[in-house]
Amino acid sequence: MQSKRKRSKLGREKLQRIIEMCESVEERSLDPFLLDVDEVIGVIKDYFPEWELPEDLCLDAETIHRLASVIKLQSEWVRHRSTSLYTDPFLLEEKLTRMSKEGMVNIFLEAWHPIVELEQISLHSLVEAIKYWKSLLPLSERWKEFSPEKIEAGLATREELIKQRILLDKAFSEELENFWEKLRREVKEKGEDGKIRYWNFIGAETYEETVHKAFMISFLVTYGYATLEIHPLEEEMFIKPYKKPLTKIGEKQLVSIPIAVTAEDWMKWKRGELSE
Amino acid sequence: MSRRKAYYANKIKRAVHLLFYRRHRKPGVKGWELRKALGSDYTKVLKVLDKHLKPFDLQVKTVFEGEKPPEKPTLDQLNKARFCITLRGELTPKEAKMIGWRIDDLAGLAITIAYIISKKGKATRKEVEELLRNKLPGWKVGINVDRYIRYGYLMQDENKQLYLDWRTHTEVDQKALIDLVLSTET
Repeated sequence: MQSKRKRSKLGREKLQRIIEMCESVEERSLDPFLLDVDEVIGVIKDYFPEWELPEDLCLDAETIHRLASVIKLQSEWVRHRSTSLYTDPFLLEEKLTRMSKEGMVNIFLEAWHPIVELEQISLHSLVEAIKYWKSLLPLSERWKEFSPEKIEAGLATREELIKQRILLDKAFSEELENFWEKLRREVKEKGEDGKIRYWNFIGAETYEETVHKAFMISFLVTYGYATLEIHPLEEEMFIKPYKKPLTKIGEKQLVSIPIAVTAEDWMKWKRGELSE
Repeated sequence: MSRRKAYYANKIKRAVHLLFYRRHRKPGVKGWELRKALGSDYTKVLKVLDKHLKPFDLQVKTVFEGEKPPEKPTLDQLNKARFCITLRGELTPKEAKMIGWRIDDLAGLAITIAYIISKKGKATRKEVEELLRNKLPGWKVGINVDRYIRYGYLMQDENKQLYLDWRTHTEVDQKALIDLVLSTET
């Protein structure tokens, strides 16, 4: 009995070592043929009858899974070797180290065909830039806004939002309808499959305008003018306007989705890190 | 001008506007965008444009999704592909300097790309930086690798493994680069 326990312990250690070895082959791009697959399979087979506990069977399955990944890497390695792009990395490394910078540049220039792209100011963008400049607050006032003051979250009334110029002083439903029209227009122009990326629509020249748009979107979604399409794995979010406002909202259980529109996110969007 | 000629001349003009001027963060235009703007015969329009660009040493380049370009691309593959204008021929070292590349930075990029290709498309950042440190000052190496990543030549995963990114696939003839490195006498 004692020897059986000892053997199980030894088996677990061996499987653990195999898993670690497979992991290092995968993570450090080592030569996958460093691992003798036949030998490893022999070890797995040898200890398999010992396993009774679910944890041990899981360890066995994990080992097989890791081994399969290494075998996949071996097959990729063989495929790569058979392609015209294969070259001995040592030979190439040797060449790269011996080559002069000038020599390397001359070679690279023979294989490099850079993209041609232009950025040119147009009359339209000049007009837009002037408009933006006029509405831009002095730096001293803008810095004040970004000072890390702690403000407790609370509820804002419509009157307060009008006072803070987040909302316009006109009938809210009218404003909402206009905003819905604007969304549909932008989706038609810039969107794909009847939807547009959330930040591509709400992102604006100023942070205030961005918050205003995010605020309006939340009403469009709540009142059934549009819906949000969220792909959590891809971390993508789209706004999809409906052709007609849904009148049956409230029949299904509504779900609240908090979306943070922070000044940092806005800066990221400005730098192009949140769009495509 | 015949109606047919006028039709294509108009579409070529529109294609030039779309392809030359940057519209997104990444340069180039997706196939579906071109189809939307130019119509279903957009590949024909691009072929004619490519012919017109030849005397100027430029070309319309198609970059398909995935590593290997398909021999006979399907409509779906073309729609998902990215089209851009690239140089058809080569730049001289002097011209490369004029477009904002220092010789050191360009040599570092060339070495990095060649090394990653030889390592089957991925290499650890540490080994790439060690290789670059042979010829470039240490403080510059990290900055340069970050710059290559920012420009879209390389990408880095959470394990600090470097891979070739979209710009390398678009701009660099990888096979030609490796052949040239190996055939050079050192």
